[in-house]
Amino acid sequence: MFGQYLADGIILGSTLALGAIGLTLTYNILNFANFAHGSLLTWGAYFAWIIVVAFGGVQGATFGPLSFGWPLVVALLFTAVMTSILAIIVDWLVFRILRKTNIQVSLVIASFGASLLLRNLVVVIFGPEPQYYSENIQIAREIFPGVRVTPDQIFVVCLSIILVILLHLFMTRTKLGKAMRATADNTSLAQVTGININNIVRWTWIVGASLAAVAGVFFGLTVQILPEMGFNLLLFLFAAAILGGVGSIYGAILGGMVIGIAADLSVLFISPAYKPAVAFTLMILVLLIRPSGILGEKTR
Amino acid sequence: MIGWISYIVFFLILASIYAIMALGLNLQWGYTGLFNIGIVGFFAVGAYTFSILATPDQVGHLGGYNWPFLLALLGAMVMSGIVALIVGVPTLRLRDDYLAIATIGIAVSIQLIANNLSWLTGGPQGIYNIPQPLANYFSSNLGYNLFFLGMMMFILVLVYVGLERMVNSPWGRVLMAIREDETAAGSVGKNAFSYRLQSFVIGAVLMGLSGALYASFIKYISPTLFMPILTFQVWAMLIVGGSGSNLGAIVGAVLVWALWTGSGTVVQWLLPADIQVKGGAIQIIVIGLVLMLALLFRPRGLLGERKEVAAEETKSKISNIQ
Repeated sequence: MFGQYLADGIILGSTLALGAIGLTLTYNILNFANFAHGSLLTWGAYFAWIIVVAFGGVQGATFGPLSFGWPLVVALLFTAVMTSILAIIVDWLVFRILRKTNIQVSLVIASFGASLLLRNLVVVIFGPEPQYYSENIQIAREIFPGVRVTPDQIFVVCLSIILVILLHLFMTRTKLGKAMRATADNTSLAQVTGININNIVRWTWIVGASLAAVAGVFFGLTVQILPEMGFNLLLFLFAAAILGGVGSIYGAILGGMVIGIAADLSVLFISPAYKPAVAFTLMILVLLIRPSGILGEKTR
Repeated sequence: MIGWISYIVFFLILASIYAIMALGLNLQWGYTGLFNIGIVGFFAVGAYTFSILATPDQVGHLGGYNWPFLLALLGAMVMSGIVALIVGVPTLRLRDDYLAIATIGIAVSIQLIANNLSWLTGGPQGIYNIPQPLANYFSSNLGYNLFFLGMMMFILVLVYVGLERMVNSPWGRVLMAIREDETAAGSVGKNAFSYRLQSFVIGAVLMGLSGALYASFIKYISPTLFMPILTFQVWAMLIVGGSGSNLGAIVGAVLVWALWTGSGTVVQWLLPADIQVKGGAIQIIVIGLVLMLALLFRPRGLLGERKEVAAEETKSKISNIQ
């Protein structure tokens, strides 16, 4: 059973890693804990669902053993764009104004309010019932003795790895990526060297929201699409970001994996219902022992 | 006429239960700058502890201790305080956001326990037959509710006066000093962590008290009563009323609770039956908008502190961005 839970953990971890990267980026560059980040995952999943439904969903041809075809690829691109626009709109309407007031924590309350607003808009627009991208039933194959995964799950893990590599190249090789890292390190200094901070803020939202949208689609693909999914994942995402060290992208990836695997392995000992509590307990332990996280530098 | 009076009495009892929570939050956030978004967790701990201690014999889960009302109330408050210590000790030394994340975590975990740990909490079925104080002495429902409202008013005044004395004492001034400038307060020998922890625990104790009174008033609790939306309502109450003002917390509680129940009635009346399930979502959106507008256009609320000191707190790293 251990191998199966480990595999499940890696699949959940891939979703969490992508979600946690966006959270840690906004935390580091915009300097507040964005409680609305989970809602971006939810909206990402629903934006993609619109496209899949518009293309007639399951009727089309699928890629080999996968449960989906071209519509989902289009949906992934569409949802990345739409979720980024949504994030920028929320930033423009709310956070931009509050940043000027200098009360940092009211940003956090506002993000908490925004998360409830966005989540309940989903309920009003799409209804409270769970949705799926595909009605096809996937047969799990045995990849190792005792470990069964579906082709969709393998796709999720592979695409996560590709996205993480792309993100690494973006942050280290492009001018924009370097500017984002500089801004995160020292905003004033970055500004003095001529970096356009407004542009950086916009790109932070675009990168964070796009990854959140993809993470939402992954969760929809491997579990289901629900209005509460983002809120339910929020605790996992924060635990991942804190465990890895807030501000560290690689830490967020590592944290996402550790939290995902730990949550699924905990099923060996306690009821699966307690998964969020496991993530929470790990987070509290990290805060007690090493508040800067595994790969973090800043303690304050 | 009688219908209206009983409705208003019922409304005011719930509003005063919320007001106690808002007062607890005001001590934590308004006076100390602690960001608690797990209010519902402490409320639930109070409600469950009270119910387990005060109920007569129970089947299938812990309970049946039959403690007298006041003693069970005290037990509930102590338990909420202990939970606050567990959350506060690891997080209150770190930057503000960590407390926020940890409190939402404890609220989620407590809800999970309420739902799944059946031997302790009764699971999804919850706990029945929670006793009301002196219920035998009243023959009519309205009569009893009037008595309960009187008791609530007494408790609310007690809490209000207590808090006013605390925040105007040297202790309260230290809290505000730490909120404004921790380094300066530290340089005159005030241990910020210790004061923060005290304030956090006292606030949580009030939330526990409120939960216990709620359980006693509605006589039945189950996990569905303790959703994150409750935390959000209490925040809306404090922000609308004005954080940093105890009177503001009470006024905000009454106003936001009126808006909540009022919007519920309107939504029910307007929406056709088949989309009634979405009514709750619309109600939340209304309250969410009110909170956002209050934050954006009247961040000090109706009766909040006029002094602008709090505004200088932590300079956001990128406050100069348009």
